[in-house]
Amino acid sequence: MSQMVSLTVDGRRVSVPAGTMLREACRAAGETPPALCWHEHLTPANACRACVVQVHDSRALVAACSRPVAEDMVVETNTPRVLNARKIIAELLASAIDPQRAPDLLELVQATGADVGRFGGATPRVEPVKDDNPFFVRDYSQCILCYRCVEACGVDAQNTFAISAAGRGVSARIDAAYDRTLPESDCVFCGNCVAVCPTGALIDRQEWQLRSQAVWDPARITTTETVCSFCGVGCTLSLQVMDNRIVKVTSPHDNPVTHGMLCVKGRYGYAYVQAGDP
Amino acid sequence: MFGTGASTSSYEDFHHTDVILLFGSNAAEAHPIIFHHIMRGVRNGARLIVVDPRRTPTALSAHSHLAINIGADIAVLNALAHVIIQEGLANTEFITRAVQGFDRFRDAVAAWTPERAAAIAGVSAELLRDTARRYARADRAMLGWTLGITEHHNAVDNVFALINLALLTGHVGRPGTGLNPLRGQNNVQGGGDMGALPNRLAGFQDVRDPEVRARFERAWGVPLSPQPGWNQTGMFAAMGRGELQGLLVIGENPLASEANGNHVRQLFGRLDALVVQDIFLTATAEIADVVLPARASFAESDGTYTSSERRVQRVRAARQAPGQAQDDLWIVAALARAMGYDWASPEPEQVFDEMRQLAPNFRGMTYARIEQEHGLQWPCPTEGHPGTKTLHTRLWEPVVNPKVALTPVEWEAPAETPTDAYPFMLTTGRRLAFYNTGVQSNLYPHPHNTGERIEIHPADATRLGLADGERVAVTSRRGRVEVPVRFSDTVAPGTVFMTFHFPDQVGTNLLSIDAFDPEAGTAEFKASAVRIERIG
Repeated sequence: MSQMVSLTVDGRRVSVPAGTMLREACRAAGETPPALCWHEHLTPANACRACVVQVHDSRALVAACSRPVAEDMVVETNTPRVLNARKIIAELLASAIDPQRAPDLLELVQATGADVGRFGGATPRVEPVKDDNPFFVRDYSQCILCYRCVEACGVDAQNTFAISAAGRGVSARIDAAYDRTLPESDCVFCGNCVAVCPTGALIDRQEWQLRSQAVWDPARITTTETVCSFCGVGCTLSLQVMDNRIVKVTSPHDNPVTHGMLCVKGRYGYAYVQAGDP
Repeated sequence: MFGTGASTSSYEDFHHTDVILLFGSNAAEAHPIIFHHIMRGVRNGARLIVVDPRRTPTALSAHSHLAINIGADIAVLNALAHVIIQEGLANTEFITRAVQGFDRFRDAVAAWTPERAAAIAGVSAELLRDTARRYARADRAMLGWTLGITEHHNAVDNVFALINLALLTGHVGRPGTGLNPLRGQNNVQGGGDMGALPNRLAGFQDVRDPEVRARFERAWGVPLSPQPGWNQTGMFAAMGRGELQGLLVIGENPLASEANGNHVRQLFGRLDALVVQDIFLTATAEIADVVLPARASFAESDGTYTSSERRVQRVRAARQAPGQAQDDLWIVAALARAMGYDWASPEPEQVFDEMRQLAPNFRGMTYARIEQEHGLQWPCPTEGHPGTKTLHTRLWEPVVNPKVALTPVEWEAPAETPTDAYPFMLTTGRRLAFYNTGVQSNLYPHPHNTGERIEIHPADATRLGLADGERVAVTSRRGRVEVPVRFSDTVAPGTVFMTFHFPDQVGTNLLSIDAFDPEAGTAEFKASAVRIERIG
C-alpha cells in the first residue's frame, strides 16, 4: 500500500496515494478540471494548460495534469483567476483552429464562456492537408501541439517513435523527421495517433473523404463492439457501419486489453470483409 | 501448461514484473498490442531479453538479444538450467514443496555447460550465464514464446524446456510471473478450449476420461468414441494411406499454409470429397468439390472468441453478409440436419449455455456477464466467480498435491541442417501489416505491401554476386520458387527469411519441411535447408 497524502481541494479534504497528480485529486473532490492535452492513457505533456488550478503559495497557476500532490496542499479550482486563464486559453486556441471540429475545445469554449472572435485578428496557420497514405490524413492547420500523438507513437503505447515535435516557437510542428512523407518514415500506420487526437488534425482518410463529400452522417452510423479477426491478442473493435459498409474502426479507451490502441491490421485491415459487396 | 493449453498469466502481468524473457517471439510484429503491455513493463523497470535467430523489431527493443542459431533452443534452455542449478540460484523452497523429479533433471542438465550450448547456439557462454542469473535472481519473471518454439519437429520438448526453467525458479503461479504461449490466430485458444483438438471435448476435457465422456453422452444422448481422432498431420498421413477420403475444411487455406505444399495438393487430389467452408474462394476452395460460403465471423455473426490470456469475449454481427453467405453455426446445423439429425437452428447463446453446463471451467460465464465485465478469463466455475488472472496459484499453497514434474529433454538439431547442396537455413515468420496466407491482409492497400522478398545477409548476397532486389531461385528438397532478394542484416549469415503472406506470388511453403512433432503434429516451418541461385 503506497503512502497516502492529504490535501484540500475547494475547501474539501481529500486523501490520495503519494505520486497522484492534482487532476486526480480534484476529481476525487468532485471538481475535475477541463483538459485538452491530457489523456487517461498518456503521459501528461503539460501543453494546453486548460487544466490550470490555483495552489496556495504558488506564484503561477499550475497544470493539474502534471503536478504531483503534496501533503497539506491547498488547491482551488474555480477562482476568478483560474476561470479567466481557462477562458483566454479557449479563446487563443479557438483563434488558431476550428473548434467545431474539436469537441473537447468546443466544450471548453462553452464551459468558460469564451468569445471565439476575441483574437480574430490572428492569422491561422494555413497548411495543405497531408494526404500521403491510404489510412489517415494530417491537417496540421488544426493541430494545437498537444503531443498526444507523439506520446501514443512513443513509450505510452506503440513504441515506434516515428513522430516528434520539430521546430521552435510559432514554427513548431509535428513531423516524421526531415519533413518526410509517412510512407518514407518509420510510421507503421497503427493509427493510434489518430485515436488520441482531440482536434481532428489527424483523421481517418475514409472519414475525411466521406465528410468532404458530405456523405458522413452520424445518424446513419451504427457502432458494434466485437473482437478483431487477426492475431490472438483479442482486441475489442468498435465497428462503425454506414449503409452496411464499415467506415471506421476504433477501440474503447476503457478496454483492459487495448486501452483504445490497435495495430494497422485491426484498425485499417477490414477491406476484406466487404470486398465482395455489390 | 501442466494439463491446460493456455497462458498461465494475464497481459497486465507484463506491467509489474522484473524480467521478461521472450523465446522465438516477435511480438512487436506478430502481437502488437501484447507488445504494448510488454513495453509498459519495460518502462516500469523490467529487463527485456529476447532469444531469436533474427534481429526483429522486438529484439531491437530488448536490453539483450540472444541471436541463437535456428533450433538451438533446448541447448540454450538446458544451459540456463545448468547455470541456475550450479550457481545455487534455483528456488529450493519452491522445488521441495511443489516440484518432483529434481535429481533426475539436475543429472540430465549436468552436461549442458554454457560452453557446450554456446558452440551449438552461436552466442557467448557469458551471455548465457548472464541471462540465467538475471532470470533466476528476479523476484518476478515472465516467460513468453510464439511459433519460434512450436514450429519445430521437437516442439513439445522445446515447451518442456521452457516449463523446466519456470519450475526451477518458481516463476509461475504468482502475479508478475508465468508461462505465456502467445496465440497466433484470433480464436485458436477458443478452438482448442472448445474441443477442436483430436483428444479433447469442450472445456479442454480429455475424451479418454470415462467420467467426462459419460457427462457429454448424457447431455447429447449419443455414445462417444473414446478414441482420439487424428491431428492435422495424422490426417495427411491417413490421406496418404487412403484411409481418409472426405475432408471438411472450415476457414483454413491448407494448400497455402501447410508445409510441403506440393505434397498437400497431391493428397487433396486423392480425396473423394473435399468441402471448403470459407468467406473466400481460397486456393484450397478452388480445388474443392463443394464450397459453402461463410460469413466473416468477427463482423457478420454472433458468438465468442477466447484470447491469448484465456479471456472469453463477445463477437457481434455489425453488418449483413453478402449473397447467400451463412453463419458457421447455421452451416454446421444444416449439415447435421442433412445427415439426419434433429438439430433445430440453434442460437449462439444456446450453444454457449449448453457448453458451460458441460465444461466446469466456463460454467460461471453468461453472455450478460461477458458483456458487462469486458470478457471473462477462465477458469470461471460459478456465476459469482470473477474469472482467473493467474493459473496454478495452488503451487504456492503450503501443501502441493499433485506436484508438478521437471521433464528432462535433450537437444536435437533441426531435421535439416545446411549441406553443400542446400547451404542456407530458411526460416519463416510474419510481418506486421500482413497475416498468414494473405487472404485477409492482401485486400487492404498498405504502403509496405511490396510483395514477398527473401531476406539475406549482405555478406552472403555479395558472395553469391547478387544485387539488392534481384530475382533469385530458392530451392529446397521439396520445391522451388522465384523471389526477389532484400539485403538485410536482421538475419545472420547463412540464414534467410521469408513470410508466407503472398502465396499467389511466391509459394514459400512449397519449400518448407513437413518434418513434424510426433505429439503435437506441428511442422518445422522454422528450419528448412535451401539453396539460392541466380536466374538465367
